[in-house]
Amino acid sequence: MLILTCPNCGAECAETELAPGGEAHLKRFGPGSSDEDFAGYLFERKNPRGVHFERWRHAFGCGKWFHAARCTVTLEVFGTYSAQTTEPPRHIIDAIKAKRPDWEA
Amino acid sequence: MKRYSAFAVVKEAFSYHQGWERAWRSPEPKSHYDVIIIGAGGHGLATAYYLAKNHGLTNVAVLEKSWLGGGNTGRNTSIIRSNYLQPASAAIYELSRSLYEDLSQKLNFNIMFSPRGVLMLCQTEHELRAMKRTSHANRLAGIDTELVGPARVAKLCPIINIDGPRYPVLGGLWQPRGGTARHDAIAWGYARAACAMGVDILQQCEVTGIDREATDSGGRVKGVQTTRGAITCSKLAIIVAGNSGVLAEMAGFRLPIESLPLQALVSEPIKPCLDIVVMANTVHGYMSQSDKGEMVIGGGSDGYNAYTQRGSFHHVEETVRALCETFPIISRLKMLRQWGGTVDMTGDRSPIIGKTPVEGIFINGGWGTGGFKSIPGSGWAMAATVAKGEPDELAGPFGLDRFTEGRMIDESVAAAVAH
Repeated sequence: MLILTCPNCGAECAETELAPGGEAHLKRFGPGSSDEDFAGYLFERKNPRGVHFERWRHAFGCGKWFHAARCTVTLEVFGTYSAQTTEPPRHIIDAIKAKRPDWEA
Repeated sequence: MKRYSAFAVVKEAFSYHQGWERAWRSPEPKSHYDVIIIGAGGHGLATAYYLAKNHGLTNVAVLEKSWLGGGNTGRNTSIIRSNYLQPASAAIYELSRSLYEDLSQKLNFNIMFSPRGVLMLCQTEHELRAMKRTSHANRLAGIDTELVGPARVAKLCPIINIDGPRYPVLGGLWQPRGGTARHDAIAWGYARAACAMGVDILQQCEVTGIDREATDSGGRVKGVQTTRGAITCSKLAIIVAGNSGVLAEMAGFRLPIESLPLQALVSEPIKPCLDIVVMANTVHGYMSQSDKGEMVIGGGSDGYNAYTQRGSFHHVEETVRALCETFPIISRLKMLRQWGGTVDMTGDRSPIIGKTPVEGIFINGGWGTGGFKSIPGSGWAMAATVAKGEPDELAGPFGLDRFTEGRMIDESVAAAVAH
């Protein structure tokens, strides 16, 4: 069972308490952007085998969104952080690098 | 290749069955192939077989990082059906189902195809109406399905709880020609037949990189780097269910695919009590009985990306709960094994077959939870696409460009399936 700590309310939640929300830090392209950028934003996904940044919602708790850094192969969780970020914060990157020295952002 | 037959069994008996040859060769990699196929699962091997058989291309290698048929081909619940709503899906899945019918004879390998019938339950008014629509669409597409009422459901499958408290059975979509097959045998049969025509199957040969040369548009494939050395090729086919995103990244493009775990489980063997395949999509579970007597059970996929090949515990609980409600008779069965596979999901829940941004690289993937049933049809269409360099009639609608052009083949709402 995947367990994540909600950074908004501090609760430790099992995955049944959470709703997965897909890839995090997608850059939104809208009117005025090129077709390639718009298609990339709408459809294309990283889908990495390894470290992944995701959106989650504490659906059966505080109801707020947050981000998580997780390994898709081992389900190891490197940390959770605020949804109000456009890229993973320094302390999350450091936590990943500490465990996966070869990993590149 | 020595043919398998009753005569051969008798003949070999005189030499204590010492004369049987290996089903496929394990050659050393050549330095160049016309076509390299990455992934020796059902789809990859079927593509190799039809490339050789339908298009005369035999300088073909199938690369596999592990052993052949060890991925999703050996992890599914082996259900075969073609009752899809959209014309493009109906065409490829029905071709696939019809190819399964005489595949044992064609491959000279017993794939144990059992057209026992597939029944999809309708347990809400909405589902009943959706299935009615599907049954009409199927009739127009020439697929043999019919909508049946609760009395017929009870007759087809006496162990179903027709008057369940939560979701009484209002009817079902019945495809009598659907069924099951021996999933490993599909990979083994295609591998043996393809090998006999000259295709090289290279197991324990993981692709670690894809070599490209720069062109004005997107580049061109030159070959692959593998754990058994570099191999050059004219065309490259990526057919790696569960790892499409990883291979696409090596080739320098991204796909509209996310990989999720999907799990299945089997019970202890019991006496025959279910001679069809039943899918209960509202409560989300499906079940059939294997020849050994085990109940083979499948459920829903996880909601988040993972390559774990095991899946979440609570999905097992949900699936088993759904099936206990539908089949109260199984409530005391013990489950023997549980496992997972990694399924590549696209947004519209339809596969991707066709060209990629890199010239000479073709992709076949994103079959989601429905890969097994489509193996022969997928291999057929993919072989034509690779051989001609352009998608054929079957593969055309499933191209990667359908997303940007808005030609989705929306089976996520249309398919009467547990996606």
